[in-house]
Amino acid sequence: MPRTLFDKLWQAHRVGRRSDGRELLYIDRHVVHELHAPHAFAALDRSGRTVRRPDRTVVVQDHTVPTRPGLVLRSDHIAATEAAAKRHGVATVPVDDERHGISHVVAPERGWALPGATLACPDSHASTVGALGCLAFGCGTSELVHILCTQTMALDKPRQLRLRLEGRLGPGVGAKDVALHLIRTVGIEAGRGFAVEYAGPVVKALGLEGRMTLCNMTIEWGARTCVIAPDAHTLAWLQAHAALPAGADDWASLAGAWRDLHSDADAHFDEERAIDCSGIGPQITWGIDPSQVVNVDEPLPAAGGVPAASGDRVKRALAYMDVQPGQPLLGLPVQRVFIGSCANARLSDLREAAALVRGRRVAPGVRAAVVPGSNSVKLQAEREGLAQMFIDAGFEWHRSGCSMCAGANGDIAAPGERCLSTTNRNFENRQGRGVRTHLVGPAMAAAAALAGHIVDVRMWAPLEDPA
Amino acid sequence: MKPFTTVTGPAAPLPLDDVDTDQIIPSPYLKDLHADLGAGLLAYMRRRPEGSRIEDFVLERPAFRAAPILLVGRNFGCGSSREHAVWALQAFGVRCVIGQRPAEFFVDNCLKNGVLPIALDADQMRGLMAAALACDGQEPFTVDLQAREVRGPGGLRLAFGLPDAQRDALLAGLDDIGLTLQQLDLIEAWEQRQPPPAAAA
Repeated sequence: MPRTLFDKLWQAHRVGRRSDGRELLYIDRHVVHELHAPHAFAALDRSGRTVRRPDRTVVVQDHTVPTRPGLVLRSDHIAATEAAAKRHGVATVPVDDERHGISHVVAPERGWALPGATLACPDSHASTVGALGCLAFGCGTSELVHILCTQTMALDKPRQLRLRLEGRLGPGVGAKDVALHLIRTVGIEAGRGFAVEYAGPVVKALGLEGRMTLCNMTIEWGARTCVIAPDAHTLAWLQAHAALPAGADDWASLAGAWRDLHSDADAHFDEERAIDCSGIGPQITWGIDPSQVVNVDEPLPAAGGVPAASGDRVKRALAYMDVQPGQPLLGLPVQRVFIGSCANARLSDLREAAALVRGRRVAPGVRAAVVPGSNSVKLQAEREGLAQMFIDAGFEWHRSGCSMCAGANGDIAAPGERCLSTTNRNFENRQGRGVRTHLVGPAMAAAAALAGHIVDVRMWAPLEDPA
Repeated sequence: MKPFTTVTGPAAPLPLDDVDTDQIIPSPYLKDLHADLGAGLLAYMRRRPEGSRIEDFVLERPAFRAAPILLVGRNFGCGSSREHAVWALQAFGVRCVIGQRPAEFFVDNCLKNGVLPIALDADQMRGLMAAALACDGQEPFTVDLQAREVRGPGGLRLAFGLPDAQRDALLAGLDDIGLTLQQLDLIEAWEQRQPPPAAAA
């Protein structure tokens, strides 16, 4: 019987069925982070249970890490996490280690996420590594404890949706724009209950890091997990970036083992959808959820064009963002720019932004920061000279962490400030109380920092010969 | 986990859609490991930037300061998988959240903490919200999990759906990990068949 990629991954890891009907899925790798770890280890201690497979568990620090240069590393979460992890024999990655970074960025770099494997992480963006053909689930703290104790997750098997992204991307348009266009098209609840497979020519053409951006945003339209069939891009990226332990890095035999990781020709999906991405421009959110999106050169929805059912929500968004129906976003002054997060802080993202920044200056009145997704990305960006380009232009260059994406390390903007952000959530107050977040891709964010207002990145080119 | 059987008390109406986890528990309350999550619940809707109470916000009104039932709009709890959102509700005293299509992570987290998430359809929700707004905290509502029924003033009765397994787990305050460990032999057998993992870090 023909099977989907998801079926293959699910069946290969299905341990059995629980008495309540939920299926137990074996978790090959459990990547824990410090926002949940202290609570989880405390619950574990209270229950008197132990970590079943410390060898399949690793703890990273990302949400609460102070990232600004020169800042003293102080986080109760980190101290509590390190102590508890040590007591339970679980490896922790120190913040100054090359392996440090945001969970979803380091998991593929360290070979914790691999094609054909399962991974769990107590964070809704765990599906980022679906880009490799790794089946990943986010979860809360209680489920984290469940995984520590059993190395499984108890799940109802989700329904399956294949989403084909059709067409060809124009210049200045990347994975983030595809994700935002998709969420605008389907809405923030469309994926509820589904495991998604992304397919189609746009996905094929994206590099692996772009695919990670796309997969990262899956929860933003309501789906809990997603996969993309591994291909030559996947193998090439892993060979270049993934530090596999000696003995586990026989690429020829790995490639052989991954050959069957795709949906069979006649495999059944519960739902199939296609979205045309031809002709879309750089995308930008104007409201308070990631479906409130326009092409950057498109005016906001006119007052009359809003369906009555969503009227209150739109009104609330317009008021919070201090914008008017029918207004263009181009030219709107910007006070903050944040290039970072598990959505867009991998090397290709920094290269894309740096290409525009090189030889230019951040506009007066703008505070802009680049926070690499991992120390490995940071070090490579420093070797390539990208870091110096950002610093010379007036950007802050930070230590890796979640930073201003979630604000849980204290990096937030001031009330009323407008922030162009390469992150995944433009929720009210997320980047600080009263902060107006617009989600964009890395080049759009960089260009806005240089201009001091929202611009169409297609009007900007790298300087030929920067002075 | 504290069992859930029946809860009776005021039902606080919060008729907003898409209330995300950043609204339910803002990041300053995540940053502090020992934060008072009950104070953090919907903090920016309850208090002005300088800290004063917004006294006409539903959870700041005396009638609802101990409301065990919260009525919400569509897609409540969307966004992050942070369990702090459910802990904040619990710390405030909420035992049951009733809305239309509450978010998936939020529902999972509720079930694991003995908080009852009830999903109603649009018509049912409209009726219930109207009843709660009309009585304005002056009359109690009852959520009866055994009967899968919400009862309110004026003979209001609404049946709700919840899978038997989830209901039974809440009624018994069941240990979810214990339930899985009943299949420990299957987990061990699966591991026997697999090669060991490469080094973890």
